[in-house]
Amino acid sequence: MSGSEVQDTWRVGSRELRSRVILGSARYPSTQVMLDSLEAAGAQLVTMAIRRADPRATGGENLYELLTDRGYQVLPNTAGCFTARDAVLTAELAREALGTSLLKLEVIADEETLLPDPVETLTAAAELVQRGFDVLPYINDDPVLAQKLEDVGCVGVMPLAAPIGSGLGIRNPHNFELIVSRASVPVIVDAGLGTASDVALAFELGCDAVLLNTAVAQARDPVRMARAVGHAAIGGREAMLAGRMPKRFYAEPSSPAEGLIGAGNAAWP
Amino acid sequence: MSGQRASTSVAISLNGERRTVAPGTTVADLVPSTWRRGVAVARNGEVVTRGEWSSTAVEPDDKLEIVRPIQGG
Repeated sequence: MSGSEVQDTWRVGSRELRSRVILGSARYPSTQVMLDSLEAAGAQLVTMAIRRADPRATGGENLYELLTDRGYQVLPNTAGCFTARDAVLTAELAREALGTSLLKLEVIADEETLLPDPVETLTAAAELVQRGFDVLPYINDDPVLAQKLEDVGCVGVMPLAAPIGSGLGIRNPHNFELIVSRASVPVIVDAGLGTASDVALAFELGCDAVLLNTAVAQARDPVRMARAVGHAAIGGREAMLAGRMPKRFYAEPSSPAEGLIGAGNAAWP
Repeated sequence: MSGQRASTSVAISLNGERRTVAPGTTVADLVPSTWRRGVAVARNGEVVTRGEWSSTAVEPDDKLEIVRPIQGG
């Protein structure tokens, strides 16, 4: 961050966050690389999944304690759920286990695409809002669904750039512009971002935050990519706030048209 | 359990696996004591809050889920 600007924080549910980069905690080469990546990206919020734990398997490092001891806030997800019913119970377990009502609601339709199921997601979101959750639903880049989820009380929406783990970047920038233009809750780009330029574009389109996992964790140098993503977030956000110039079909000279010298019609050379 | 003799063990499902436990076993008995933070239990589809663990005895055919946060995106 440049020193002169005011703090550019954002709010999701009851939380005020400084960092606009949310990182996942999976698929890093090592725990240390993950911790270094979180630091390099300047992340505050880190996603975790909720899974059955074998009571006989005691010992081993506890990632949750590792993260919270370092001051990170954990955003639980309902990854792996295919029905609203499973997602609601997973959410309740997450709230009990982590003591947080903030939730990334993820209800997928099938294993192959991992695309979100819009019907189950909307059903689960409405139920979870009633139960007092701050719901962040993972959805397709669908402006209509985003609006409906906001209407049932979600504190933000998480449209996907492209399928999870694909790294294809924002496939339909116009949909994101539509979502952003109509939403009065934060828009967090989730899934499918592949590199720093994707992140910059997300912010230039007016999105409030990004969530990445594979793009960082599976980069050749995750820590360096995390740093790049942090820079891109600031760059894209600043560019959006600065207000870009209009696009033109033809060139327009930057140098003044007046005061040009005239070489006349003398023979050349 | 009228009409049945007091059982010497209680058959339950724990994280999808059949288990037998002693009668009177509570939820607290099933969670390792070293798991201080970041653990939750559901019994038959409902969360059993931490405060209820020691007073909640498991019953035959209970379906228990013990979960923790793990790495995820």
